[in-house]
Amino acid sequence: MKSLGSIRRDFAPWNDPNAKPYIQFENVTKKFGDFTAVNNLSLTIFEREFFALLGASGCGKSTLLRMLAGFEEPTAGRILLDGQDLRGIPPYRRPVNMMFQSYALFPHMSVEKNIAFGLKQEGMPAPDIEKRVAEMLKLVKLEQFAKRKPHQLSGGQRQRVALARSVAKRPKVLLLDEPLGALDKKLREETQFELMDLQQNLGLTFVVVTHDQEEAMTMADRIAIIDKGEVMQVATPAEVYEAPSSRFVAHFVGNVNMFEGKVAERAANTTRITGATGAQIVVENNTDTAAGSNIVFAIRPEKIKVTSKKPADAVNALEGEVYDVAYLGDMTVYHIRLDDGQIIRASALNAARVTEDPLTWNDRAWVSFRPDAGVVLTR
Amino acid sequence: MNATWSRFNVTSVVLGFAFLYLPIVLLIVFSFNESKLVTVWGGFSTKWYVSLFHNQGLMDATWVTARVGVISATVATVLGTLAALTLTRYTRFRGRILFSGMVFAPLVMPEVITGLSLLLLFVAVGLDRGFVTVTLAHITLTMCFVAVVVQSRLVSFDRSLEEAAMDLGATPVKTFFQITLPVIMPAIVSGWMLAFTLSLDDLVIASFTSGPGATTLPMKIYSQVRLGVTPEINAACTILIAVVAVGVVIASVANKRREVQRQLDEQAAQRG
Repeated sequence: MKSLGSIRRDFAPWNDPNAKPYIQFENVTKKFGDFTAVNNLSLTIFEREFFALLGASGCGKSTLLRMLAGFEEPTAGRILLDGQDLRGIPPYRRPVNMMFQSYALFPHMSVEKNIAFGLKQEGMPAPDIEKRVAEMLKLVKLEQFAKRKPHQLSGGQRQRVALARSVAKRPKVLLLDEPLGALDKKLREETQFELMDLQQNLGLTFVVVTHDQEEAMTMADRIAIIDKGEVMQVATPAEVYEAPSSRFVAHFVGNVNMFEGKVAERAANTTRITGATGAQIVVENNTDTAAGSNIVFAIRPEKIKVTSKKPADAVNALEGEVYDVAYLGDMTVYHIRLDDGQIIRASALNAARVTEDPLTWNDRAWVSFRPDAGVVLTR
Repeated sequence: MNATWSRFNVTSVVLGFAFLYLPIVLLIVFSFNESKLVTVWGGFSTKWYVSLFHNQGLMDATWVTARVGVISATVATVLGTLAALTLTRYTRFRGRILFSGMVFAPLVMPEVITGLSLLLLFVAVGLDRGFVTVTLAHITLTMCFVAVVVQSRLVSFDRSLEEAAMDLGATPVKTFFQITLPVIMPAIVSGWMLAFTLSLDDLVIASFTSGPGATTLPMKIYSQVRLGVTPEINAACTILIAVVAVGVVIASVANKRREVQRQLDEQAAQRG
């Protein structure tokens, strides 16, 4: 069976028409003075989902999170949590907790007091608090740091305290604002998997805001790509990458080559495209495009093969010259200047230590790809 | 950095410090003078310190000053902190610039004018001049200094701490007392100390607003000096200097220690 991407998922309530939505943004608009941060946005998030809001800074993704937490009220529209309208409910009465980008650890309290803070507010008896705090410290592996103050911890430890504090109350939803933003690369990768395990084990709904596409791709069940306060696409990481809905999404997530062109001919299964500079491309049908309409053909670099001779069986093959080569160890990136002037980025996985068909600067080269390797975009 | 001391550097340091401290040193030295004549050295003696404590007028004035200082500094700290909170938190209300200007204007207002206007006010409302009026006047004087100190701390205060507390279920009132107040406490304490010190050494405003039975120490010293400086006054001033110096030294040593400890902790944390 064919599937987009490499993972086949069992958890997919968004495909089930009977699934009950857990968090609903309904036509939400948020204005700050004249500036519209969120523009008539609707989104549905399901229970136990790991949902990512991905976008550049200032796109409105943090505002969405802050509206869910109760720090901002929507100017128009409404937000529902488990069927309940959240309008007018202050942050301290909402069953959601947030992990802040700056961690916001209380500097005058020890680690255990920080974790116990939320439990004390809800009037939990002291012995229960003690038990829960111990449990949380064990969860984030900080047992021996219970008495330390935040400034006596490293960045990674602070991040874990913030996490423990925000899940200590067992919220219905955990909101994470750039949770790994302040960590270095190696620690960030480790922590991504820890967060995923935690979400699985606690069975919570996670909504994470991030500007790091790799982070969103790694962790999330679904990603909403936000631009200028609007949702561009909501889909699984594989769909976002392999079937972007627009040029913006294709550009935003990963690298992509784009061919501007027109639909020349539409057959039963395939469409022939004529590029603006004359290239002829045959693609499998994935959109309803009539002959003659203007489209963009988008293809990822790793789906393009670079060879010194024209492959005999290739449906799509374009000739050019090697313009740049970068050897990255695990793969090699080629920039090929086609004879029509367009520069194509292609990457080849270095599956063996030696290459049969080495290429270097200014060599003649062919780029080829299968009819199902790219997508036709109309937006 | 060049660590050698040129003759020019040494001279300027000596002159500078002499300019600052020679009068004070002279005052301290003459407080131990045996002679009754202030400017003639008659041998070492501590008798003026003994007689100081038998001078009922000076003792009363000290007591008045201490009470005025504590009460006015405390009230001014509460009011100044509230003003600072409002000015840093509600940055969008109409007339904010005018309002913040009005809070800080007394900083640069000539004391004579503050004193005189307060005097006119007290007379107009028929408030008898005395302990209450001096205290009120000192609250007016010192409140804006507290506001400045606390505001400078609040500007760098991370608002997400408050949001985190509310997110975890603390009401705004609880958030203020459990999070905001403890975090800005050092600034509030320094604001209080500043207010107390200002109240302690104010002469001008106190002279305008004080009445019989509420003579502060600076007023007492000033009036005695007009009748001729006695070594007793030198002794009183020396004690005042000692009290202030000890306070400053303790505060800065404690501060320095905390800072060093913090740096050590952070280095230890980074090492893991």
